[in-house]
Amino acid sequence: MRFIFKTDYEQDIKLLQHGGHWWSYGLLLAVLAAAPYVLGSYLQSQLVFVFIYATVGVALMILTGFTGQGSLGHAAFLAIGAYTAGYMQSRGFTFPVYFPIAGVLTGVIGAIVGIPALRLHGIYLLIATISFGFIVEEVLARWESVTHGNEGMRVKAVEIFGETLTRDSNAFYFLCLGFLVLTIIGTLNLMRSPTGRAFIAIRDSETAAKSMGIDLSAYKVKSFAISAAITGFAGALYAHKLSFISPEMFTLLLSIEFIMVIIIGGAFGLHGAILGAIFIVMIDPMLTALKDDVPGLIASVSRAFGTSAERAEQIREAAYRFGSAPGLKGAIYGLIIIGFVLFEPLGLYGRWLKIKLFFQLFPLYKRATFKRQKTYVKSERNR
Amino acid sequence: MLDFIQQLVGGLALGCVYGLIALGFVLIYKATEVVNFAQGDFMMLGGFFAYTFIAILQLNYWMGFLLAVLSMGLVGMLMERFVVRPILGYPQFSIVMATIGLGFLLRSAAGMIWGTDDLKIDTPFSTGVLKIGDLVLAYDKLSVIVATIILITVLYLFFNKTRLGTAMRATSENMLAAYYMGIPVKRVVSLVWAISAMVAGCAGVLLAPITFVHSNVGLALGLKAFPAAVLGGFGSIPGALVGGLIIGVAETMAGFYMPQGWKDVAPYVLLLLVLLLKPEGLFGALGKKKV
Repeated sequence: MRFIFKTDYEQDIKLLQHGGHWWSYGLLLAVLAAAPYVLGSYLQSQLVFVFIYATVGVALMILTGFTGQGSLGHAAFLAIGAYTAGYMQSRGFTFPVYFPIAGVLTGVIGAIVGIPALRLHGIYLLIATISFGFIVEEVLARWESVTHGNEGMRVKAVEIFGETLTRDSNAFYFLCLGFLVLTIIGTLNLMRSPTGRAFIAIRDSETAAKSMGIDLSAYKVKSFAISAAITGFAGALYAHKLSFISPEMFTLLLSIEFIMVIIIGGAFGLHGAILGAIFIVMIDPMLTALKDDVPGLIASVSRAFGTSAERAEQIREAAYRFGSAPGLKGAIYGLIIIGFVLFEPLGLYGRWLKIKLFFQLFPLYKRATFKRQKTYVKSERNR
Repeated sequence: MLDFIQQLVGGLALGCVYGLIALGFVLIYKATEVVNFAQGDFMMLGGFFAYTFIAILQLNYWMGFLLAVLSMGLVGMLMERFVVRPILGYPQFSIVMATIGLGFLLRSAAGMIWGTDDLKIDTPFSTGVLKIGDLVLAYDKLSVIVATIILITVLYLFFNKTRLGTAMRATSENMLAAYYMGIPVKRVVSLVWAISAMVAGCAGVLLAPITFVHSNVGLALGLKAFPAAVLGGFGSIPGALVGGLIIGVAETMAGFYMPQGWKDVAPYVLLLLVLLLKPEGLFGALGKKKV
């Protein structure tokens, strides 16, 4: 990692650790702000999904990456935020009213979920959050008076102060981008505060944190509440983006996608959430390309190597059949998760930091710098 | 009254299946503190292998059963060697996510190799009922219950009375100490995964007459086996079976007596209650915290 030597407390509580970061992030923000005027509508739509996934990724990072409480139930929080927004909109409330309420309500539910979660850690917490996700999904399907059950709910476009922002407009794009930037700045601020440092202490060793005087229950509940609240806000935006929500969209698979965002990006920094979100949202277009373009590509490459025309056609057929197999998406998800856990435990952001370190230390970089020392299982029952 | 007993037997059979999958969870957890989210998919693969041996290769049912179970053992060892052994020692969360990814992969591979239709196997238990007075009990459900009792007894004796079983328990308590004591830890872990996959394969073959063989059966049943394992306490073999039975009976009773929709949610509500009131489960032991 870039070793920034800390010499005084002021440095520790600065928002961004390195002066150069302001320039690079400012540039990125400028590029993103200019994007809707340059890119086509499909890419702009995908970018909005990236922003929403990144917001949830940041929320999950607060809970899992910084406080160490793994959660496979964030699709449920997203669903609660989305349905709150949809229901209140159908009752006639306006966006500035129901958007905060969606987030706050989800935060309160997150706190309620966090209270029983105090006694659980590790695998039990994962199972409990999976159960919570299933229960919420079933409740959404059965509570027909509010959620229209399995028929789903139509969500009309956002209306702020008389202006209607349709889901494909530039204004909605900027709304999502603005909210993501706000979330990131808020999280950076949270992490440099005593609360944030308490979260990290809880992740590293609960017993040590307790002996330093950190009230575990209060901080864990806070972490759940904040994470759920941010996800609730993202859920409201998600509902508007999709304009139609139903309980089958918020299954365990969506929760696993959010966790994949963290794993792919790297579970120790906010950059990880963004990189992971980009990767996940890119998988779908990549799969379509795999089906449409890659067979032709493979066939023409084999032609270039001198195979006959009909052999190349057979190869193209085989590749096409492989690419359109029905379970391919699941297999690719599985391979990505296993690949990243085995080979890139620090995620994409970790790989980026390793590359930067390589150039910093050139020619003295050693691959063993990041080699794992402990190859046995240390029981987590007594942490 | 008769209805109640019918439902009870059905619930017990379902509970035995959950118990067998939960047993697989508990075995792997006891050895390496890894929870294998792909256990349900091992079960599904067991069913598919049985289909290949019995329906496609036209072998005798019992021969096909045996071969399917042995091939599942091989699959379990391969999965352990290539997916789990490189990541032993990582935080538990990463290993769990890797097994979730493994589950995805197995499900898709099965869908691609065998197709996504429901497949049927001819077994000696598919038809045939046991009649006790007015009570009609299907053979397929009874076979599951009987097989589970046999398996549980064998495994309980194995873990408590043999040296290899004791070695496995030692590995789960403290892997570093097991290394020091000369236990071949890597081989023991491989064996545990093989046994666990074989148990799941057994469950899959036994379940085939009841739910037919298709690639999504693993996810639904595997996820419901978690409440079973937690209810019994994650470190206890009889606990896994007892937990499975309770969950199976609760689910079937909820499906029969309660309004629609409660059937799927009942195991999870039960799970959350157990986690709130007694997190270590019925038979589990509470660990002490050390710094």
